Amino acid sequence: MMKTVYTHPKSLKKAVFHYCPGCGHSIAHRLICEVIDEMGLRDKVIGIPPPGCSVFAYNYFDVDMAECAHGRGAAVATGIKRAFPGSVVFTYQGDGDLAAIGTAETIHAANRGENVTTIFINNAVYGMTGGQMAPTTLHGMKTTTSPYGRDRLLEGHPIRMSEILAMLDGVAYIERVAVNSPANIRKAKKAIAKAFQVQLDGRGFAMVEILSPCPTNWRMTPVKAWEWVDEEMTEIFPLGVFKDITEKKGAD
Amino acid sequence: MTKVLMDGNSAIGEAAIRAGCQCYFGYPITPQNELTEYMATHLSRRKGCSFVQAESEIAAINMVYGASVVGARTMTSSSSPGISLKQEGISYLAACELPAVIVNMQRGGPGLGSISAAQSDYFQATRGGGHGDYRTIVLGPSSVQELADLTMRAFDLAEKYKIPVIILGDGVLGQMKEPVEFSREAPAVPSVREGALRGCGGHPSRIVKTFTSNPAELEEINWSLFRRYALIKKEETTYETFMLDDARLVVVAYGIAARIAKGAIKNVRAEGLKVGLMRPITLWPFPDEPLREMAKQVKQYLVFEMNMGQMLEDVQLALSGQGETAFYGRPGGVVPTPSEVARVISRLYYQKGLK
Amino acid sequence: MPDKQPALKSVKGKIVISGALCKECGLCIHFCPKNVIVQSNRLNAAGYQSAEFKDNGDCTGCAVCAIVCPEVAIEVYRD
Repeated sequence: MMKTVYTHPKSLKKAVFHYCPGCGHSIAHRLICEVIDEMGLRDKVIGIPPPGCSVFAYNYFDVDMAECAHGRGAAVATGIKRAFPGSVVFTYQGDGDLAAIGTAETIHAANRGENVTTIFINNAVYGMTGGQMAPTTLHGMKTTTSPYGRDRLLEGHPIRMSEILAMLDGVAYIERVAVNSPANIRKAKKAIAKAFQVQLDGRGFAMVEILSPCPTNWRMTPVKAWEWVDEEMTEIFPLGVFKDITEKKGAD
Repeated sequence: MTKVLMDGNSAIGEAAIRAGCQCYFGYPITPQNELTEYMATHLSRRKGCSFVQAESEIAAINMVYGASVVGARTMTSSSSPGISLKQEGISYLAACELPAVIVNMQRGGPGLGSISAAQSDYFQATRGGGHGDYRTIVLGPSSVQELADLTMRAFDLAEKYKIPVIILGDGVLGQMKEPVEFSREAPAVPSVREGALRGCGGHPSRIVKTFTSNPAELEEINWSLFRRYALIKKEETTYETFMLDDARLVVVAYGIAARIAKGAIKNVRAEGLKVGLMRPITLWPFPDEPLREMAKQVKQYLVFEMNMGQMLEDVQLALSGQGETAFYGRPGGVVPTPSEVARVISRLYYQKGLK
Repeated sequence: MPDKQPALKSVKGKIVISGALCKECGLCIHFCPKNVIVQSNRLNAAGYQSAEFKDNGDCTGCAVCAIVCPEVAIEVYRD
């Protein structure tokens, strides 16, 4: 009798993902659901999906979810956690949501040390609206609003939110991971689990930035897109831990 | 019950706490800072309660959204420019049928404007204000006592109808001091609204959302919201009349303008002019039917507001040509005196040959 | 997540791919260390040539395919 090594997580609804072939959202959703299952969090979790490709996240996560306005996830999470401290709150945000329109809310929730978990999906482009430039778009990268390639003089630079937020005292844990290879996916799951554990321990703000392939808007095959994360994205967005107060012994 | 001397802003705060407000999220802006500060002092230390000075009015309204999603009685406050920032959040609250109380202590506008009292956010408040077809209940208090009473009523209405409720005050009401009594005690423990999202322990997961890729679904949501609005109009429309019995001219005013108008009307009554006041208290739902009834007896109306003519349009709509409406307005934060308004009333009275 | 593989003798593994969910991303084929996944010649209902398991005894149940599959279309079994 063979034993089951891998099967569909319980907290993930059995629905067909609307995401494109090879999209990182599908992997990220699944990892979060695995963590929720393994840590027994489903009954207490309230998730906040963003506008964007993952606006339909509530069709996949079998947990209580509240949609919110673009960029406002960190503020909504603050309201939920302050009103209901017993909940386990996570926001799921894209690069426009967290690093453009929601930058103020994100920085201030982190600065206040809100006990919430943020999953930041960085795919260097605005997916749902058709592939426009994101704050995280790389130099020279062609998008529909940087058709000649992102120009550093006119359009600035890819913004590194993990590094920026790691400077804030209210932040307990920040790690940047990727979901473009089996090894990276395993590490991403560990980081997500840690980000939830930080919330359970009441240590402060936790974020996992996930470099995520977007084959459609990068105009690549899924396999090439997954490789491009290693070849190009990690040059600008290095993987690793940027802050982790749980490693320190004694007072924070 | 003891009477206390309080400024309007603080009275709102005390009333909110007694109405069971669990969470306050706000950002400083003149002329309502006494309210934010009152909540920082008095709400933050209450068991189970939360005060957050947010980084912006946008963040504050979204914190209100979050707190309301999980069933807390929650509020925010601001003044005109900050209320503009909140419109997106209010649209989301209305769409998701989430109770909340939003206080607007109006100041002169448009733009950064002035810090003095005005009534130029009437359109914004009563027409939805943000994108989409929706309404919020709008209450127009005209005294510190009424600020307290209507704040409590606002929380109850919000919970009863699952709708955001706006308290439309102004800078004068907020900062003036009058004696006030509070008709209830604060609850010992914050309440949790039934059916709110509290994690899906023991039942299927739930979603609070507004987005749909199916227009027919959204159409039905709109119709359903408006059926509720019709019910609110039937049940909650409130107004006050003053010296109306033999009136030949009726002044229509709300809020601080109604206070000024009352003073003006007392003046002209002393001169023998038969003038009365119709004071809407719910600005939405607007008391259009009572006005239409009134128009069977009285044909001359003077709408007095501290703006360029906003409630004027609701009065004209209500009367639909059954009465004549004149208008007197002072925008920009100018606060007229009762004697000034009395002169305007008398001039109109004699011009129209009223006896 | 898969357990550490036993060091010595070869492990027998098996996967079941829900072809209907497959979107032909090719990632399981690309990452499989034993080359036991191939692309089908037929189209599934969504119009994709889905991934198919080559049950030739080489599969070790390492579950790399399940880890990389975005559609959660693969179940993995091991002796």
